[in-house]
Amino acid sequence: MLLSIKDLRASIEGKQILNGINLTIKPGEVHAIMGPNGSGKSTLASVLAGREEYEVQGGEVIFEKQDLLDMSPEDRARAGIFLAFQYPVEIPGVSNANFLKTAVNEVRKSRGLEAYDSKDFLKVMQEKMKLVEMDKVMTQRSVNEGFSGGEKKRNEIFQMAMLEPKLGILDETDSGLDIDALRIVSNGVNALRNAERSFLVITHYQRLLDYIVPDFVHVLYKGKIVKSGPKELALELEEKGYDWIKDEVDALNA
Amino acid sequence: MSTTTSTISGNPTLWQDPEHYLAIDQESNVGLRDLRKDAISHFLRMGIPNKHHEEWKYLNFASLAKTHYHPVTAHQPFQLTSADAERFRLAGKDAILVMIENGRLNKQASNLKALPKGIQIGTLADFADDAAVVSEYAMHAPYQEEPFVALNTALAFAPVVVKVDNHAIIPNAIQIICLSNADHEAIAVNVRFLIVVGKHAECTLVKSHHTIHDRFPVFLNTVVETVLGENAKLNFCKVQDEREKTTHINYHKVIQARDSVHHITTLTIGGSLVRNNLNILLNDENCNAHLNGLYVMNGTQVVDNHTLVDHSKPNCYSNELYKGIIDEKSTGVFNGKIFVREDAQKTNAFQSNKNIILSNDATMNTKPQLEIFADDVKCSHGATTGQIDEEALFYLRSRGIAEPEARALLNHAFAADVINQVALEPLRESLMELLNRKLRELEA
Repeated sequence: MLLSIKDLRASIEGKQILNGINLTIKPGEVHAIMGPNGSGKSTLASVLAGREEYEVQGGEVIFEKQDLLDMSPEDRARAGIFLAFQYPVEIPGVSNANFLKTAVNEVRKSRGLEAYDSKDFLKVMQEKMKLVEMDKVMTQRSVNEGFSGGEKKRNEIFQMAMLEPKLGILDETDSGLDIDALRIVSNGVNALRNAERSFLVITHYQRLLDYIVPDFVHVLYKGKIVKSGPKELALELEEKGYDWIKDEVDALNA
Repeated sequence: MSTTTSTISGNPTLWQDPEHYLAIDQESNVGLRDLRKDAISHFLRMGIPNKHHEEWKYLNFASLAKTHYHPVTAHQPFQLTSADAERFRLAGKDAILVMIENGRLNKQASNLKALPKGIQIGTLADFADDAAVVSEYAMHAPYQEEPFVALNTALAFAPVVVKVDNHAIIPNAIQIICLSNADHEAIAVNVRFLIVVGKHAECTLVKSHHTIHDRFPVFLNTVVETVLGENAKLNFCKVQDEREKTTHINYHKVIQARDSVHHITTLTIGGSLVRNNLNILLNDENCNAHLNGLYVMNGTQVVDNHTLVDHSKPNCYSNELYKGIIDEKSTGVFNGKIFVREDAQKTNAFQSNKNIILSNDATMNTKPQLEIFADDVKCSHGATTGQIDEEALFYLRSRGIAEPEARALLNHAFAADVINQVALEPLRESLMELLNRKLRELEA
């Protein structure tokens, strides 16, 4: 088991968002989380990555036998969690390459690996840049500063490729992407799929799942996973919308 | 008087009897006797400013007024050598070092012989026959209105002159290293500079302040007058890296002639109380002034930057960027005035002040002040004071960078923006090192 979430409850500013999430992810699996707006998809991603404004009220998250909820964001990253942000942050004055070198070497250090020197780092970087068709100029610029929406998302996947996580969480990575950018980003993710690495793909739209084909699809509604199924579930949602699931759940709770 | 203390020389302290130190005999050959007498009378009339004075309201001079400073006199022997200056080299291996020891030009410890053709550095007495220099001395810093300028005008006994000849392009940067050495008593240093850059001349000057010993408090009162000739270009960098017992009051007046370009960067990381007045007069058409400032503070440091860019003629450009990082119980002040006179049509004047406050006990007071009397101008100003960007901090941490390093990275990026404006690469690198040293202090 890579990740096991049991009865996870979380709130922000007093508002309950997650109402008992249960989910297990094995190594190499790709799970998609879909759901209407406001169902708690991004909150789940944020809680897993350790965003501090969310308050966890109950439940547990075990990542490779460690209590994830007890760990700082940086320790989670070092343990192998990577969150591709829905809205990547612009950091003026910090060059992409410098930032990544610091991050990669921190993560390597925590895994008992030697830090890359500049030459090795450059080599690895050039190799990974190809995955998302990154321009060299982009690595020299400040982190995400002045990047287009597509460039920002490509930069997220590029960072993921550099950090080699065990679990990649994609938080609505497809939002705001045109079809070309979506293809580039998806190709990058697919190139990173392997028997050990798992993904949690959070999306509002089925379209992304044509490119990143999941093993499982879960539907989140009102802070709970209300339906799980194979990849075909995504197609059904695309066709029928979310209303039939809402009706089902609301009828059950009525 | 209860404040009397005995001194090694038996002289009174500065505040007991400033007139005792009137620097009348030191430079008799340049005829400053009347000027100095007039200046001291203005100082005695105005006194040390207090909080009721609008321009000084954030500064507390109680401890300055209580300290028994002993003005450094011309009779004290020099103690420092060129090796002491070398320790503070900032502008690269090709820079020529000039040492000011406790307010006096230490010629022995300076490498004046290496000065390239076209630039001369000496005391005002050395320039007694140079009318172009003598006629500018004390003509620009208003001792009638500014108490510390008055004190400086009266007591600075050996003003330092930097003169760049017309058309001279000076290949080497010149670093004037001002060292304070208070190893046996509290000292008051009144140091005065006159910088005259001739027509079509170009030069890079660095003026840096450091402490050798601060077993006792240091009161540093500096006045700089810079006169830029037609089409002259001056890159000026001021570094204030004193230790914590230093109070530094600095008044800097710049007069720019037609087509001149002036870049001035002020980096303040040291000193317990620092006040910088930077006053730039764009005195003719097509002048260009770039003012950049960075202050990084912790402990109980107080750093107050008062700037004024006075657009008096049309078609001039000024751009000002001041940034600050304020930690622990420190206090920052930024007051940025821009005057655009009636005549100064087609002025472009921009100002920005940005601050990061790192602690609940830190304070920043910022006040942009634009007074525009012309109608065809482009002016803008902006001031922000905030905390570190939490979203950016989380982003960095989510990539495995530990919180303290992530904070340091963000602070560095914020501050480096100012240092990156410095053109001379070795200087820029040295300033980055100073910044990093200070940022490590903040994290500790």
